[in-house]
Amino acid sequence: MGEIILTMKDIDKTFPGVHALDHVSLDVKKGEVLALMGENGAGKSTLMKVLTGIYKKDSGTITYEGREIEFKNPHEAQEAGIVIVHQELNMIGHLTVAQNIFIGREPLNGGLIDDAKMNRDAKKLFEKLKIEIDPTEKMNLLTVGKQQMCEIAKAISRNAKLIIFDEPSAALTDAEIEQLFTIIRDLREQQLGIIYISHRMDEIKKITDRVTVMRDGCNVGTLITKDCTKDDIINMMIGHVIYAAPKTESHVKPGTPVVLKVEHINAGRMVRDVSFELHKGEILGFSGLMGAGRTETARAIFGADARESGDIYINGEKVKITRPEEAVSAGLSYLSEDRKQFGLALKKSIVENSTLTCLPKFCRRQFIDKKKEKEVTQKYVDMLQLKTPGVDQLVINLSGGNQQKVVIGKWLIGDADILIFDEPTRGIDVGAKEEIYELMNRLADEGKSIIMISSELAEILRMSDRIIVMCEGKITGELDIAEATQAKIMNLATMRN
Amino acid sequence: MEKKKNAAGGSPLARVFKSQEGIAFAATIILFVFFIVASKSFRRYTTIVTLCNYMYYILLMAIGVTFPLITAGVDLSLGTGVVCYSIIGSFIINQMGMPVGVGMLVTILMGVLFGVINGVIIATLELPPFITTLCTMMIVRGLGSILTGGLSGVWPMEGSKGGWCRNILKVKANGKIIPIGIIWMIIILVIMSVILRKTKVGRYIIALGSNKEALRLSGVNVVKWTIVAYSICGLFTGLAAIAYACTFSNITPGTGAGLELDAIGGAIIGGTSMTGGVGSIAGTFLGVLIISLLKTGLPYVGLQANWQQIITGIVLIAAVTIDVLQHRKKTT
Repeated sequence: MGEIILTMKDIDKTFPGVHALDHVSLDVKKGEVLALMGENGAGKSTLMKVLTGIYKKDSGTITYEGREIEFKNPHEAQEAGIVIVHQELNMIGHLTVAQNIFIGREPLNGGLIDDAKMNRDAKKLFEKLKIEIDPTEKMNLLTVGKQQMCEIAKAISRNAKLIIFDEPSAALTDAEIEQLFTIIRDLREQQLGIIYISHRMDEIKKITDRVTVMRDGCNVGTLITKDCTKDDIINMMIGHVIYAAPKTESHVKPGTPVVLKVEHINAGRMVRDVSFELHKGEILGFSGLMGAGRTETARAIFGADARESGDIYINGEKVKITRPEEAVSAGLSYLSEDRKQFGLALKKSIVENSTLTCLPKFCRRQFIDKKKEKEVTQKYVDMLQLKTPGVDQLVINLSGGNQQKVVIGKWLIGDADILIFDEPTRGIDVGAKEEIYELMNRLADEGKSIIMISSELAEILRMSDRIIVMCEGKITGELDIAEATQAKIMNLATMRN
Repeated sequence: MEKKKNAAGGSPLARVFKSQEGIAFAATIILFVFFIVASKSFRRYTTIVTLCNYMYYILLMAIGVTFPLITAGVDLSLGTGVVCYSIIGSFIINQMGMPVGVGMLVTILMGVLFGVINGVIIATLELPPFITTLCTMMIVRGLGSILTGGLSGVWPMEGSKGGWCRNILKVKANGKIIPIGIIWMIIILVIMSVILRKTKVGRYIIALGSNKEALRLSGVNVVKWTIVAYSICGLFTGLAAIAYACTFSNITPGTGAGLELDAIGGAIIGGTSMTGGVGSIAGTFLGVLIISLLKTGLPYVGLQANWQQIITGIVLIAAVTIDVLQHRKKTT
């Protein structure tokens, strides 16, 4: 390990309502792989975005190669030799591999692009990296793994000195991961600095030299990888904070009937052989890390995405759900994690949003009965304690918490019995969160059954009667609330098989 | 090119016929054979002349619009543009008494000007291309009429002063009309094909339509290249205006709306994808040939204007369906 290439010191960043980075410090040496770990929302991505100029820091200093710097945009960072290999790839599908690698700096020959030279250079580059990819292949015909290799090759060919891998292995097969590690070891030999962001403990142990752990926007500490255990890291990630009033036992009595049974459903890479049951009046928590396949599972059940196989039973009866309409008429509802994009028509009123799922109920001979629509909406607005000057208010003018209530009201008016809440409190302030929790408990008491997908462990432990943990599209474990702990959940959530 | 296709699987011939250019080529042959068999009068030399007259300006527009289409944009101002710019040319020549050459230059410059305007609005203000060019379409439609006071435009006829402009696209020899415009078209097709395939212009325009954000992050000025794409389209609209003016005797102001649909339709039939990133000049040529064949051929088998519209519409739906299906196959 050589000298320090990058030092970030006392980096502070506040977004409206969130202290995203609280005086975080970190350093990377030449010829080392530094793991950056932390729960979802711990601030890892924000820190990297500050480094590469996507966000502007509020205070703190960044020293790179002995000079204090502040990049204005990712392109500037790239010019200086700092490159991020993103989880979502930035590839131009219709061009070839070589054309992608050299985009923006094509070799010319008499005014025309010298494709032959590009192909030769790309081939040399691949040989050096021991990757087998045909430079003349169209990018969109490659597997995700190979595309990632190309992204890495592109970074290296631009004389990168510091490469940041943002969860690079999420989309790779085992063989491809081995190949990636070979490349990373090579880069380490060549004295590059490497930051490796990942949730996978076995990878961290295998490839990194040091681990920096973040939690709630703070740097919790840095460990030497070979001197620590998986449990050490997990303990640092979750900390020892006691969260408010976790549930101690399930509210569902033994023998309560099953309302929803899902058997062996498969949908793409993110939903693999998922089976579970949901009881009447139960709140079933779905925990896992980002990209574990929870949202995809919900969408597959709801018929929003195509399923390859698997059956769904509601109240013991097998139902055919291939489209959301069929799910709705079977009594299912799905409250998207992204309210603004998928849950609400923002520029419409509360009334118009509320009756959207069941408009026929409010129609008399093809005409909408506006009076009845308003009355019913008002009833639910009162019940949900939705704060608004009136039901004609446009949804866009409401706060996040109240918008979420509109979504909930919409499904209640539609008589849904099974509610799937996907990140129900994302982007909602603390007070409104409490109200949403209270509301969910009340709905469960009234006999509605709830699936709650949440990335917040505190939320999962507080609300759920039972917890299902997913990792990479598979269910890795099920815990009764009485036996569940943060450590147990984290262990299951990082369990690769 | 062929080798690449081989690597992706299938014999070269099979690959060609799976591409939309291949399908368009086969369709062209089938249409030709059909008209030749079905109509005796189609089998005459004058048919080629008629076909060419119609094809020149549509082809030029289509080559131009291929560039915005590849960026996943569109230019709707082509049709009224062609009429407006050629009327402005006629104004320069007739009312202002300038030589025909100056008229041509101004005609082309008008096309480039509106191409740049479209490009700047779309690239810097990030307005949707559909809306932007719909607006410039209305603007140029009004502009031509205002300039001439509603009168028709005429470019010099053969034999009169400046009548040489009529001989750019066809010459008379031994009483026969020879459509020499075909030579111009071949030259232009080759040049534009090279620009699209082998220069930075083409490379970045394809990349723009394929993944604009990736191109931006690669340090390429996406604003500049968007403007270039629409400017090329404007240039070719100007060229099409000249072809139009040199082919027809009378240019009526306020008309032209709808011509762009033949051009855009041609490009799409030839395999240019509305979702961006895909398209070729050869494909656009074949697409325009199909549309022109339908326009000139159908009357020979007794199907008049309304039927032409219906059949062209059906062909377009078929072409777009193939594009969409191919796109869907790739993304899943």
